[in-house]
Amino acid sequence: MASKSFKRIAFVGNPNAGKTTLFNSLTGSRQKVGNYAGVTVERVSALRQVGTFDCEFIDVPGLYSLTPASEDEAVAVRVLEEETDLVVCVIDASNLERNLFLYSQIAELLRPVVVALTMTDRVESAGSMLKLDRLRRLLGCPVIPMVGHKEKGVKELLAAIEASLAAPAEPTLLSDIGALRELQVELARRGYDHRIGDLRREVLDDQSTMIVPFAELRPAWEKAKEAAENATFTDPSTRYAWTAQVQREAIVQSAPKKVLSLTDRIDKVLTHRVFGLMVFAAVMYCVFFAIYTLSQPFMGLIEGGFGWLGSILSPRLESIPVLQSFVVDGLIAGVGGVVVFLPQILILFFFIAMLEGTGYLARAAFLMDRLLGWCGLNGRAFIPLLSSFACAIPGVMAARVMPDPKARLATILVAPLMSCSARLPVYMLIIGSFIEPQYGAFWAGFALFAMHLLGLVVAIPVVFILNRGVLKGKRLPFMLELPPYQMPRWKDVFLGMLNRGKVFLTTAGTTIVVMSVIIWAASYFPRKVDTGLAESDAALAQLEYSVMGRVGKAVEPVFAPLGFDWRISTAILSAFPARETVVPSLGILFSLGSGDEAEAKLGEKIKEAKWPDGKKLFTLPTSIGLMVFFALCAQCLSTLAVVRRETNSRKWPLFMFTYMTVLAYLGAWFVQWIGRVLAS
Amino acid sequence: MMTFAELKKGMSARIVEIPSVGDDHRRLMEMGLVKDTEFRVIKVAPLGDPIEIDLRGYRLCLRKQEMTGFGVEVL
Repeated sequence: MASKSFKRIAFVGNPNAGKTTLFNSLTGSRQKVGNYAGVTVERVSALRQVGTFDCEFIDVPGLYSLTPASEDEAVAVRVLEEETDLVVCVIDASNLERNLFLYSQIAELLRPVVVALTMTDRVESAGSMLKLDRLRRLLGCPVIPMVGHKEKGVKELLAAIEASLAAPAEPTLLSDIGALRELQVELARRGYDHRIGDLRREVLDDQSTMIVPFAELRPAWEKAKEAAENATFTDPSTRYAWTAQVQREAIVQSAPKKVLSLTDRIDKVLTHRVFGLMVFAAVMYCVFFAIYTLSQPFMGLIEGGFGWLGSILSPRLESIPVLQSFVVDGLIAGVGGVVVFLPQILILFFFIAMLEGTGYLARAAFLMDRLLGWCGLNGRAFIPLLSSFACAIPGVMAARVMPDPKARLATILVAPLMSCSARLPVYMLIIGSFIEPQYGAFWAGFALFAMHLLGLVVAIPVVFILNRGVLKGKRLPFMLELPPYQMPRWKDVFLGMLNRGKVFLTTAGTTIVVMSVIIWAASYFPRKVDTGLAESDAALAQLEYSVMGRVGKAVEPVFAPLGFDWRISTAILSAFPARETVVPSLGILFSLGSGDEAEAKLGEKIKEAKWPDGKKLFTLPTSIGLMVFFALCAQCLSTLAVVRRETNSRKWPLFMFTYMTVLAYLGAWFVQWIGRVLAS
Repeated sequence: MMTFAELKKGMSARIVEIPSVGDDHRRLMEMGLVKDTEFRVIKVAPLGDPIEIDLRGYRLCLRKQEMTGFGVEVL
């Protein structure tokens, strides 16, 4: 336990209540993003001083209720019960009736509570009047009005937090906790003073030994325990009757307005059955077009920058070849391979923050739910799935727009099936060498389109099976709130982007670099002594001699039914750090050396490639099979590292790798089989 | 008495029956869908589901199929 003056302050509230905006105002760039042990829920916190107290502010995920139905809620309850000295309950004044439901549950945790009342400007602009003193009396705790965008009320909130830490108020409770109070009095009489909140936790803890010395209090203890247990499950109707009454008394409503609100007028278009879908398509097109065109120059700069770094370091390390190769091909290539994802991640999360902040994301989910819902996903899955066509890494990260943990996991597991841009060089090589010259541009275009469609088509049955198998079990009903439209605040947008970038670099990024170096070592060691061969032949001889080449040869029999020889299987293995490196690897394996010139000739070279017995290596089924294999396999270290981070488990990336590899194998085998059937 | 699936855009209704207690419906009740709650159907999504309702001063979208246990009465 930290010093007495160190206090933990949890920020809790409904989604869309303005909690994140408030939290950002209070903590800014001091935020730290981590994970709670064993779950996918992120822990966002920041240290700051409040008066004389050293505090840790904890941003608890948005919640509608404390009844632990999902992982998020279970974590929130744990945080509130076990590591909180004070709760700041963020309540949307324009939606008091529903927001107070959560408040009524939080009050019963018997921790000191301060209410931060957001969106007060919205209440006033709707022509209603907020009676703050009345509300304070009804809730029985400090209520601080906030005007989020102007950071008004922050000072007052901090003062209220400080005051409550020193002398907490006693909020109004809906549940009968008289038995707890009686127990508190009895214990105090025996010289043991406990705060009611600590006592509540103690009676609910089966391992508690507090009562052991006082056998005569056992019945009172049991009664208190029962009361505490029942409180959480107080009938929702009772709570809503109370919240409706508070709403009536605390907000003096003006005459009901006849004119439609701004939100309703915007929704007339944006969720319209025809225009709504058209706007959705246009918005999505603009977003992904912008991500693609805006990230390209930055990715080029990053690749160029790391290439330049390698080229100036390389000659300096020439005297020690191992170090030279380790630094240039292992380390710099690995770090560069991580940083290159940053532009896409930042730009995608900029747009997600904009879509979420304005309220459009919820509308889009409303429009798309039917399309994605029938197979077990939901309307929100369109963002992660669409972005995965550019790259699965930001796509998997984007799945956090989905609050339902099972739907989110299902989305993460199929996102890498969408054909990302790193598969494109493989398709282009094969199509350009085998399909276009023989069958013409039409079939070349068709093949490219089919490859992109393949992942999507395969994803549907996969989700279907996942939902009936691995992800089976109780599911939350689909609930989607459509919040009023509003302008997002730049500070929130940029802090969101910054946090995602930091999380990617520090957690997934380190795994990727380490693994890249391991893969580098596998293709570098053991060294073949200099044989005096030409450069390109020496590179091939070395790769063949290395661990990678040996493994590639060892697995040749496994890949033989797909028509792949050891060179293709080695290229697939060595593409694990990044898919697109399969092309330069093939360059080495077909003894062209590396470099742009070699890649240009690669198409010609692989056409002539033969098995040792003289049969053609790249037959049409083998070529198509190789594309299908690449379309379906999980040969992407970065994706697996991001899945590991986002699911906070080793099990799911392993599962993903296994199922996708099996699918890829079966897909390529199926193509061979079709080829044989058609030939006979 | 009707079900959610039978409601049309613009209708106002009251919840008169709630499915016998189960955890699935508890969550819906916690969102304010308790007995005697009045609401209005704002919109039906272009593909027929979900539906958007206005209740307790906010907007909520629900899937018809997940609301089968609820009975409503048109006002």
